[in-house]
Amino acid sequence: MVVKLLLEINDLAVEVNGKQVLEDIELRIGEGETHVLLGPNGSGKSTLFMSILGFPKYKVTNGEIIFKGEDITNLNTTERVKKGIGVSFQNPPAIRGVKLMDLLKVESGQPIEDELSPEMMELSYKMKLDERFLERDVNLGFSGGEVKRSEILQLLAQKPDFIMFDEPDSGVDIENVVLLAEQINILLDKHKKTGLRQKSGLLITHLGYILNFVNADTANVLMDGRIACSGSPAEIMEDIRKEGFKGCVECCKVH
Amino acid sequence: MLQGALEKAKKAREKKALYGEDIDLEKFIKEEAGEHERLNKASEVPKKVQESLLKVGVDPEEKERAGTFIQVDQSGVCSTCGSESVEIMGMNVATEKYSWLKDYMWKAVAVDADKYTAQTALREAETGETSGYFIHSLPGSKEVFPLQACMFIGDEKVMQTSHNVIIAEENSELHIITGCTTGEDVSSALHVGVSEFYLKKGAKITFTMVHNWAEQVDVRPRTGIMVGDDATYMSNYILTSPVRSIQTYPTAYCPGKNSRIVFQSILGGQKDSVLDTGSRVLLEGEGSSAEMISRAVSKDQSQLYARGHLAGRTQNVKGHLECHGLVLSDDSMIYAVPELEGSSTELEMSHEAAIGKIAEEEVQYLTSRGLSEEEAASMIVRGFLSMDITGLPPELALETKKMIDMSLKGM
Ligand SMILES: Nc1ncnc2c1ncn2[C@@H]1O[C@H](COP(=O)(O)OP(=O)(O)O)[C@@H](O)[C@H]1O
Ligand SMILES: [Mg+2]
Repeated sequence: MVVKLLLEINDLAVEVNGKQVLEDIELRIGEGETHVLLGPNGSGKSTLFMSILGFPKYKVTNGEIIFKGEDITNLNTTERVKKGIGVSFQNPPAIRGVKLMDLLKVESGQPIEDELSPEMMELSYKMKLDERFLERDVNLGFSGGEVKRSEILQLLAQKPDFIMFDEPDSGVDIENVVLLAEQINILLDKHKKTGLRQKSGLLITHLGYILNFVNADTANVLMDGRIACSGSPAEIMEDIRKEGFKGCVECCKVH
Repeated sequence: MLQGALEKAKKAREKKALYGEDIDLEKFIKEEAGEHERLNKASEVPKKVQESLLKVGVDPEEKERAGTFIQVDQSGVCSTCGSESVEIMGMNVATEKYSWLKDYMWKAVAVDADKYTAQTALREAETGETSGYFIHSLPGSKEVFPLQACMFIGDEKVMQTSHNVIIAEENSELHIITGCTTGEDVSSALHVGVSEFYLKKGAKITFTMVHNWAEQVDVRPRTGIMVGDDATYMSNYILTSPVRSIQTYPTAYCPGKNSRIVFQSILGGQKDSVLDTGSRVLLEGEGSSAEMISRAVSKDQSQLYARGHLAGRTQNVKGHLECHGLVLSDDSMIYAVPELEGSSTELEMSHEAAIGKIAEEEVQYLTSRGLSEEEAASMIVRGFLSMDITGLPPELALETKKMIDMSLKGM
């Protein structure tokens, strides 16, 4: 079966504050596929995430990003998001006075004056966030688990076609990971048969912990700003579990 | 008016105010107090005026309102009251009815403070008419529904003066919404509002004011508040629409013990507006406390002065002054002037002022949810200005939130 490509990154190089962080990045994610991006701290995972999202600080110095067959390298973040990209941040900023409730209305395409729709309310309860919580200023004083749950809830409101999760499993306890994974699976069409899935994802994790709850089709290992290897998530995780990212350094040399 | 007061007013006829552009009073027309027809109820005002009133929180249907007063230019056109606990009426009626009322006039605001107070007093003396409203709560009463007062300018080039006296008797509670606005055809005018508040022992007043003037209107409110033992005064001021100039510096005098004062203001500067607003609290009674909180945003060519003066003059008083500003254009300005004065031991006073720009990181977060940069910035600005107003009864809190949301739509 031929999988339609959703995201295609060719020979990408990215500079941040004058420092070259990513080089020779190749990545192909098909429709309905979930990829995982592994790699030690500082290897450039978040940088790749921000570059795909199109934040201004991340300067593409070479290569291109193709999404749904269209070159989006020069589009701004709003335009990319409107094309169907969604994200869950590791450490999102707090915005004083902007209520999570109002943000959810904007994200689900509801007028701000209206009451939050029953569907959204139900999803909020699923994420263990009640009305009182939704009245709070977004991310202001949220606990680690609450930040992640609010990020996932916002994605449930947006229903993007391609979702990137930056370390969804860091700083959260086991119960929260289970709850988050359940919704991530829904967001990524995991309840459907492989061939029928339409939503795609890129899971960023340096622990790999989330992979116990969310199945990925392909794993990519990022080392020092380059993709060291790609392949079966089970095999790669097995290697990393045995010898850490050391083995990937070896791999890098061969490539 | 007492002879002494009149003499003082005459001497202060030309006295410039300490702050704000000096306004040439000769440029404006002094209409008479009988110019506009009296109405039986607020809903009799023309439809167009009703829309303007709604925008500043004044409900022409008078739903959930304890009473209403409307002044158009110089004429008190409507006063209704549906409450047993409070009374609201025009000052011309009140001064006839209560001979003791003169003891409350020009006591919280000095008649010779500047040319604007002097002008108000001289006009009262010349015409024998006192414009403005009188509000009075009975001892021990509690009215949860707010009274609403509206100052409306309907004619071009008018100088509107009003002299309001608000008295809350011992252990009473009352809530006031005042909306000030102009008719569609008005471009320039002058509003001078003298307001004198008296809170007896244990009384509570909340005063929520929304301004929505035309772009060439000058505004000079003059407010004094006398706060007794165990009394609470809370003021909420909201202005987000363009205006030519506003200068106001209400002062609360707190000789009483354990009084509590809160001033909160939401200021949005647009176009060429010059907003010079402050508040001053003199803590002279032991155990008293004050909070002054303001949020200011400057756009276009606007200039905002956010002043505050907190004076602790006896032991065991507390005060906090907070001003946060966002400067949104290079041609605009915010000037925060927080002043603390401590002249006794055992007091605690602090201030916090911060002026900055919109955080880039916050804008980007919202763009990652599909908002454009402009939409993101405006959502952040509205959030910044939408402070939680505390201390109001639940229904009024909801109403006030709506008023704030409505005012912020234009930002
Ligand atoms: N704003 C920045 N300015 C300079 N260097 C940065 C910036 N952000 C990230 N980097 C550098 O880029 C590299 C990759 O960082 P990052 O993408 O955050 O890694 P990861 O998410 O894999 O931990 C690191 O060496 C880091 O120091
Ligand atoms: Mg990272």
